[in-house]
Amino acid sequence: MNKFLKWFASDSFIVSLAAIVMGLLLGAVVMMIGGYNPITAYGALISRVFGDWYGFGEALREMTPLVLTGLAVAFAFRAGMFNIGAEGQVLMGMTGASLIGIKLTGLPALIHAPLAIIAGALFGGLWAALAGYIKAKRGVNEVITTIMLNWTALFLCNYIVRTFLLMPGNQRSVEIQPSASISIDWLSQMMGNARVHWGILLAMLASTFFYYFLWKTKQGFELRAVGSNPEAARYAGINVSKNIMKAMFISGVFAGLAGAFETLGVFHYQSVYSSLPGYGFNGIAVALLGMTHPFGVLAGAGLFGSLTYGSAGMSFDAGVPPEIIQIVIGSIIFFIAAQGIVRFILKPVYKRKKEKVL
Amino acid sequence: MAATPVVELKQITKRFPGIVANDSISIKLQKGEIHALLGENGAGKSTLMNILFGLYQPDEGHIEVNGEAVAIDSPNKAIELGIGMVHQHFKLVQSFSVTENIILGMEPSKGGIQIDYKTATEKVKKLSDQYGFRIDPNAKIEDISVGMQQRVEILKTLYRGADILIFDEPTAVLTPQEISELIEIMRKLVAEGKSIILITHKLKEIMSVSDTVTIIRRGKVIDTVKTSETSPFELAEKMVGRNVSFKVDKKPAEPGEKVIEVKDVSVKNKEGITLLDGMTFDVRRGEIVGVAGVDGNGQTQIIEALSGLRKIDSGSIVLNGKEIGNHTPRQISESGVGHIPEDRHKHGLVLDFSVSENMVLESYYKEPYTKRGFLNFRAINDLAKRLVDAFDVRTPSIQTKARSLSGGNQQKAIIAREINKNPDFLIAAQPTRGLDVGAIEFVQTQLIQQRDQGKAVLLVSFELDEILNVSDRIIVVYEGKVIGEVRPEETNDQELGLMMAGSRQGGTKA
Repeated sequence: MNKFLKWFASDSFIVSLAAIVMGLLLGAVVMMIGGYNPITAYGALISRVFGDWYGFGEALREMTPLVLTGLAVAFAFRAGMFNIGAEGQVLMGMTGASLIGIKLTGLPALIHAPLAIIAGALFGGLWAALAGYIKAKRGVNEVITTIMLNWTALFLCNYIVRTFLLMPGNQRSVEIQPSASISIDWLSQMMGNARVHWGILLAMLASTFFYYFLWKTKQGFELRAVGSNPEAARYAGINVSKNIMKAMFISGVFAGLAGAFETLGVFHYQSVYSSLPGYGFNGIAVALLGMTHPFGVLAGAGLFGSLTYGSAGMSFDAGVPPEIIQIVIGSIIFFIAAQGIVRFILKPVYKRKKEKVL
Repeated sequence: MAATPVVELKQITKRFPGIVANDSISIKLQKGEIHALLGENGAGKSTLMNILFGLYQPDEGHIEVNGEAVAIDSPNKAIELGIGMVHQHFKLVQSFSVTENIILGMEPSKGGIQIDYKTATEKVKKLSDQYGFRIDPNAKIEDISVGMQQRVEILKTLYRGADILIFDEPTAVLTPQEISELIEIMRKLVAEGKSIILITHKLKEIMSVSDTVTIIRRGKVIDTVKTSETSPFELAEKMVGRNVSFKVDKKPAEPGEKVIEVKDVSVKNKEGITLLDGMTFDVRRGEIVGVAGVDGNGQTQIIEALSGLRKIDSGSIVLNGKEIGNHTPRQISESGVGHIPEDRHKHGLVLDFSVSENMVLESYYKEPYTKRGFLNFRAINDLAKRLVDAFDVRTPSIQTKARSLSGGNQQKAIIAREINKNPDFLIAAQPTRGLDVGAIEFVQTQLIQQRDQGKAVLLVSFELDEILNVSDRIIVVYEGKVIGEVRPEETNDQELGLMMAGSRQGGTKA
């Protein structure tokens, strides 16, 4: 408990909090310049998210893939890589889940749904591991391969949906079997039909897994060593190539889960996408917001999710264009990345605090 | 002492959380003198110079330049006052030319837009000639030697009109040849009326080049003496705070059976250039074999081959009767090879890991450090505490990041880890590079202790004194081959120097 309190007083927590406040303030300034009242706008945003159960449930739904893609990006980052391909891995995850969710029949839900989730996770993981393999064996920078694999995934997944899963006459697949659904129907009914699903819980478990795996296990030790000094890791007898592939695989599993949950818990079908849907790119933002720490990612996804979901409320109730929220998110990320600015503004606060200690 | 000092630091105090880095330090720098600042790693030399260069502000005390009190609140202000700093780690743009690097930040322009390279190049050339730098203003930084790059750094300060030059550990990265050239340059600079502050912990250089020495220990000035009136022994004693013996105490070696046998090992790089050309030698139980040679004659490659970081193309490496050539680093480590790497930041440590995590960098996967796949932090921390105590690694805590340790303590941590592996064969590559006298003594004693416990030790070093003092047998490498073997008591640095330059014993050219 004491440790928990300490964390709240920690430097990184205060700086992040200040960055968020500064981002919101900057957004307010932009609204005022545009002739909108920031207080009504933010009020509408908050009441959209926290005003009723439906809004809250939908905001949670919005956050879930953000948590997972955020974890995906953060995990790769901790192992020294930049996974720009969470996007493609999400799509692969959707496809894996759809294939199992649609094609397999006659299974009990307790088996079918987990199987579909695992398929999604594996599809995402292997897709990312492909980039890891090319990096480990051929030295090709993962930024390039993952970006290319995003587009490959987009068209590959569309092809699979069109060829094997298409609902005739529509740009989408047929519905998944009810036994593969991970929606929580009773909770959904209680929350005014908000699309809540088990994935929300699993995403939180995933961030706990991230934490324990990376900092408490032998394999995590290897990944971190490779991530912060591959030369020293090699010298210490750690197989760097293997760890690069492993890190990318796990990163991809997180992203794949995001995709699987979207299919199995939210839409119950898979669309044919005309362009990249953006889950993975938002994940980069969330990972940055969370400073690539798993619990930071949870908080970052919460913030990002509430802001984007709440921005719809802003435009309905206060007439403020939802795009302004992109400015807010952008500036929060900016302030978190540019911590020097935040520290500079916080300086007087810090000084006073230090004097008290003395 | 009638003349006004060009720089006078008066009672400078600087505190950092938990430590007083500079405790009321006063120093006078006279015009035209080389004033050496001597102290162990972490004694507070760099902090003091960073204050003089405007990177830190003193908590107490003030600075006078030419008799006037000044507030140096930024490096720009320092440059304005004619203070220039030659950093230990060069701050140069690799792909830029010498001239471009020198004018960077204050480019002369024609009509405010176009950079006037011609004038700049001429000015650089003139300065270079004036001080005998022999530098090509149009050469790219990436194409010139480390020694030349340092001259560019010096030129940079001169170009900005510096009269007071601070040299921060300038010889740490230089070869012996380059060091003597640098000393020449420093003499020329003071002859032309410049004043120099030289930060170093190398006594030899201080004795050969400085006029005055100020010794700092734990943030305090211990003494300021004239170089002509002191001796290396006195300086070392003042710096470390106790008696230091330069002669390494050791019993004669009692070599046993061969532990490692390197036979005809050849290595080519990707371009097909031969780096090791049939290298052959052995190391026996209970002896230290020193490898002498000019940098780049295969030392790095043989170490890499011995530790599994590089594949060998032919030949064999046999450890205790078993072939280990082309095994993986882990297999080799497990078969009983310890390795103190040449580059401690690149290979020796994960700088962002804690001291404790670094202590198990090679053994983390073994019981008791890992149990059922989970790290056992209690066992890891116990080990780290034990090693930190046993090897006197000075760190605030075992959870401190390795990055924040001083070079000497980082090296001690690595040595602790490697010796704790209890290897049959210990490779020590440049084990004392960049360390101060106290730490050097410690490291060398450790190597000798290992030998006395019956280990085979291979010592690779560019410091001839170290090779001569510590080894029981010396092999000389040249162009990837062993070209001679001598006993330290039967040779001297002249003979070794000749052999390192490629002439075989007896004076015949290889």
